Amino acid sequence: MTTNPFAQLLEDADPATAAGWTDHPPRVGFFTDTSVCIGCKACEVACKEWNHVPEDGLRFTGMSYDNTIGLGADTWRHVAFIEQEKRIGRQVTGAATSDGDRGDDDDGHAVRWLMSSDVCKHCTHAACLDVCPTGALFRTEFGTVVVQEDICNGCGYCIPACPYGVIDQRRGDGRAWKCTLCYDRLGVGAEPACAKACPTNSIQFGVLDELRERADRRLAQLHDAGIGDARLYGRDPEDGVGGDGAFFLLLDEPEVYGLPPDPVVTTRDLPQMWRRTASAAVLLAGLVGASFLRRTR
Amino acid sequence: MGTSFGRGGATSFQQDWQNSDCILIEGSNLAECHPVGFQWIMEAKARGATLIHVDPRYTRTSALADIHVPLRVGSDIAFLGGIINYVVEHEAYFEDYVRLFTNGPSLVSEDFKDTEDLGGIFSGLDEEQRSYDPLTWQYEGEEVGAASGQREQLYEERNEEEGGEKSSGHRPSVASSGRGESHGSGGAAAHPNAVRDETMQHPRCVFQIVKRHFARYTPEMVEQVCGVPRDLFVKVCQTLVDNSGRERTSAIAYAVGWTQHSVGVQYIRTAAILQLLLGNIGRPGGGIMAMRGHASIQGSTDIPTLYNLLPGYIPMPHAHQDDDLEAFLKGVSTDKGYWSDMKGYLVSLLKAWWGPAATEENDFCFDYLPKLTGSHSTYETVMAQLDGKCKGYFVVGENPAVGSANAKMQRLGMANLDWLVVRDFGLIESATWWKDGPEIESGELRTQDIATEVFFFPAAAHTEKNGSFTNTQRMLQWHHAAVEPAGDARSELWFYYHLGRVIREKLSGSTDEMDAPLLDLQWDYPTEGTVAEPSADAVLAEINGWDADGRPLASYEQLNADGSTVCGCWIYCGVFTDGTNQAARRKPAREQSSVAPEWGWAWPANRRIIYNRASADENGKPWSQRKAYVWWDEEQSKWVGHDVPDFDPSKSPWHRPPAGSRGAEALSGEDAFVMQADGKAWLYAPAGLTDGPLPTHYEPQDSPFENLLYDQQRNPVRQVFARRHNRYHPNPGTRGSEAFPYPITTYRLTEHHTAGGMSRWQPYLSELQPEMFCEVSPELAEERELVHRGWATIITARGVIEARVMVTERMAPLLVQGRLVHQIGLPYHWGTNGYSKGDSANELTAISLDPNSHIQEVKALSGDIRPGRRPRGSAANDLVEDYIRRAGITSDTGMEVRGDH
Amino acid sequence: MVKSVCPYCAVGCGQNVFVKDERVVHIEGDPDSPVSRGRLCPKGSASLQLTTGETRRLEVLYRAPYASDWEVIDLDTAMDMVAERVLRTRREFWQWDVEGKRVRRTMGIASLGGATLDNEENYLMKKLYTALGAIQIENQARI
Repeated sequence: MTTNPFAQLLEDADPATAAGWTDHPPRVGFFTDTSVCIGCKACEVACKEWNHVPEDGLRFTGMSYDNTIGLGADTWRHVAFIEQEKRIGRQVTGAATSDGDRGDDDDGHAVRWLMSSDVCKHCTHAACLDVCPTGALFRTEFGTVVVQEDICNGCGYCIPACPYGVIDQRRGDGRAWKCTLCYDRLGVGAEPACAKACPTNSIQFGVLDELRERADRRLAQLHDAGIGDARLYGRDPEDGVGGDGAFFLLLDEPEVYGLPPDPVVTTRDLPQMWRRTASAAVLLAGLVGASFLRRTR
Repeated sequence: MGTSFGRGGATSFQQDWQNSDCILIEGSNLAECHPVGFQWIMEAKARGATLIHVDPRYTRTSALADIHVPLRVGSDIAFLGGIINYVVEHEAYFEDYVRLFTNGPSLVSEDFKDTEDLGGIFSGLDEEQRSYDPLTWQYEGEEVGAASGQREQLYEERNEEEGGEKSSGHRPSVASSGRGESHGSGGAAAHPNAVRDETMQHPRCVFQIVKRHFARYTPEMVEQVCGVPRDLFVKVCQTLVDNSGRERTSAIAYAVGWTQHSVGVQYIRTAAILQLLLGNIGRPGGGIMAMRGHASIQGSTDIPTLYNLLPGYIPMPHAHQDDDLEAFLKGVSTDKGYWSDMKGYLVSLLKAWWGPAATEENDFCFDYLPKLTGSHSTYETVMAQLDGKCKGYFVVGENPAVGSANAKMQRLGMANLDWLVVRDFGLIESATWWKDGPEIESGELRTQDIATEVFFFPAAAHTEKNGSFTNTQRMLQWHHAAVEPAGDARSELWFYYHLGRVIREKLSGSTDEMDAPLLDLQWDYPTEGTVAEPSADAVLAEINGWDADGRPLASYEQLNADGSTVCGCWIYCGVFTDGTNQAARRKPAREQSSVAPEWGWAWPANRRIIYNRASADENGKPWSQRKAYVWWDEEQSKWVGHDVPDFDPSKSPWHRPPAGSRGAEALSGEDAFVMQADGKAWLYAPAGLTDGPLPTHYEPQDSPFENLLYDQQRNPVRQVFARRHNRYHPNPGTRGSEAFPYPITTYRLTEHHTAGGMSRWQPYLSELQPEMFCEVSPELAEERELVHRGWATIITARGVIEARVMVTERMAPLLVQGRLVHQIGLPYHWGTNGYSKGDSANELTAISLDPNSHIQEVKALSGDIRPGRRPRGSAANDLVEDYIRRAGITSDTGMEVRGDH
Repeated sequence: MVKSVCPYCAVGCGQNVFVKDERVVHIEGDPDSPVSRGRLCPKGSASLQLTTGETRRLEVLYRAPYASDWEVIDLDTAMDMVAERVLRTRREFWQWDVEGKRVRRTMGIASLGGATLDNEENYLMKKLYTALGAIQIENQARI
């Protein structure tokens, strides 16, 4: 197995070290706590202002208050809005009406509005990076994954490789674009624009290990408050992508938010596929995840 | 709030929400409209506070609330009145607080008749004049001037007492009186020995009157009127009660969801009464926050661009016979409290404006002030434009063709002008209606027939000029110019300074008495930079004022009535203490206490929670250690604490003023509401309001429901205008009313700003909310065959618009008076111009106004909805005309003063 | 970097305005502010587009009576034209008395605006209008 370059990667906890950085800063990332998100979309705008990402269309989608649809070359932060006939924990919502056909119970009509700001996951094992033939995609000293726009040749290999459907080609440009976790800001000691703007601190930036501890505490707090549906997504270093640099606290199943339930790095088994056809199923699972996301867009 | 507490500003500051145990947001969509302020509510939640959101819609604020209560639009007084009744009935009020700090024990005149006695109206109604004579509302045996609001209300009586002739036989009607509630900084006359029953048992004491008045606001009534189930209502009541008292405090936040009603001021009064009964004013974690929507909307009432006010809430004088400075002051100032020094404030203002020309001999140029003869609000101005009586119009950072009620009348008014000046960043609808407005599309107007000259001046942005904004918590913050404006863009400071300069040059040498106020005007401001920008610092220095030696003043207590001091706005006196711009202070938050007194500067006197004397008991001790804020320090013999005490720092809690004291001297050690006529917060307003001393639920002007609480359907003294393009809907239950079956409310979204001038032109904001839409429940969609993402047409007697359809569970049908009611939600940001376009909700709204504030009722109306796009061209008007015909609407419809259903 | 305040709502968020070569290149929240702690909403975050976007007009436009379109005019000329019209309309609708009571005013001129403006600007507006005798001066606080 020593010939398999991915084996070493899988065993190495720190992607920057694995990428050859020495004496690098600790790995950083985002913890997006969707339980305090107010859906204001400041993250979307702050991201676009800082990174000069173009406006990408005026479409009334009818998908609740979401009119930017999903992550793409021109949307690096995206707020999903999900309306459900459920309640959050012990929240009391609405008025009981006489018709009784809206799932009313003793505490009135159940309705909740989930909001969640999505972003590139900056995977521990990033398939986009693995498949990039030009080296435009690279692992930074902060452990994040960044496209260098002056190197990208627009081959597009990275796009199907992403298990989350994040990276995308810009129309009329052809190159691949996605969240850089504000690499240029990190370099001068500033936090990413979206986290800086977020009014309720739903988007938290920091050293990944610290964020994971914070997220664990928050999850316990919510469970104590009776919000049993709360869960962390992308926090687990043992998952199919080795854990995400940008992970989330969700209040429902990942699919509800348009996130693949069990993402797997699409390149993990590539070298073995030639020997073990069974591995193809795993790859397929990853692709299904990616295509699921595109269907919802 | 001015009438209840003495000052019209928010009583607290946003950061203080983190100290709340419970926060009630009603009439505000705080998470959407003030997202960054909402962080302090999230802090409170993180500390265990309960968040209650009462709103017709389930919004982004509701999503984060512990309890969301949907209610029928326009029924908030019934809801809040119900809570008052609950608190009183369950004896859950903070009795010591109420007795000490409110007028609960004060006795009211035997002549007063409540709505309980007169079937829904108060004593003193003059039906012909559509107004109340408030004399019978007074305390027993004395006359009390209002702290703010209708401060000139008693002018005639007061000057008559002195043997003068009564100037007119009739009290002017509300429509012409123009003396409404303003967000004032008050202080008014009261005898120090008001008749009080400290046991609050006397049948004519305020507390008992309040108790009787709200007795009919039962949970059953709330359920029927508001559509809020009893259990849910009681849960809200009990949550507030459990989180109020010595150890705990609850806060209330509201916004234009309360003010924009024909009985809007009384919405806020209801909240004030509730917070006083619960003991939540002047204490940390308590208070009432008015959440304002524009960067300096508080500032623009403090230094008013409002017809009825001079800077610092000094009323604009009304025309009276033989009027002079002394007669004016007699009519509006007071014997007790800080308003007794109004002469000093006004004379210092006149000196700031007319300098050496203002002398003791000429009443300090008091005669130079133009006089009012009624209401001259923006809506009366539109009528005057339509009547050809007002021919020149400046529209400055405002977009009435989209943002004001009855947008059509706004545009038709402008089409009747000689000239119009629009100053904005881009070509908003108010600048281009003559070539592409809805009336051009419909053929009602033709460009080649419109005589109005239109000037468009590009405005400078906040990054291109120095100046201060006063935020929602009364705090002035200075913004520094980063660059000079490009091209011909200029600040308003530049525009008005140079316009004044050119005008004065043109009049130079004139001996016409008409021109004297312009030629004597103090108008020499230093200019700087390549565009000759006037110095904003110099203007702020004048606002702050200086003494006879030209030294900057530190406090309004230094102002003199002899002409030796200059001050452009007395409540801002102190903002330039020691010649330093206090509004520009920026000591980082982490380097100071959570009150952050060294960031910016708040009026009055840099206090962050006002009336904070009420955070301590009769002996000056905090009501509880948990809620300690300002207290009496025995050793130092002064008030100390976390904030600047809103009280004479050396006046002990046991101080009792000697008989015959005047002004601030007449305040006792317990008179925490230092601007009030009697030093007390008002549960009952014996003066100051045009539509009654107590809040009363009336239905909106256009409502599909009868008033279940009284025989009186609507506020009898609301302002209505019977105009061709401003027709009202039939009374519920009468012929034709079924044409407009659905309650409608209007609102704004996080992604846009009011009438869109600062958001619809930006791609980054436009893409987030790209089109006008309406929000309806799945049940209504089914009832009217509305298709999600399709189009709907919405119709009232004023107009018709189209909107994309958003079918959502968040719009809950309510059970009201035994029938299921579906409400329609309409954002109001859009217009015909900009990057994101759409019909404007204000095509549908009527001009019907609160009689105190003259604010339009656009938060509760009624209308019809049908699937599909609206007709084009003249067919659009035909559809509206068809509805008017079918509903049998005439110029008399909805105009009744008295009247039931 | 220049200290500023967000121009949208009345929360009063602090802003840091970054300037390069006499141009505003970036605006973000001021972390020192006790009110906003460096945060901004989507509108505040779009302040750069508000202040430097392409849709801002930078020239004075004039539409003559009955004209079908705008024409560009010089700023000084426009100021002079407005001053002329103010004086003309002021005189045309001047009132010394109404029903025998002294009013000393003009009803010909009205103004709407102020809630997005600086206190200093409102102060000069109120001062000038009052000296002109114009009383129909209103702003968004009423609306």
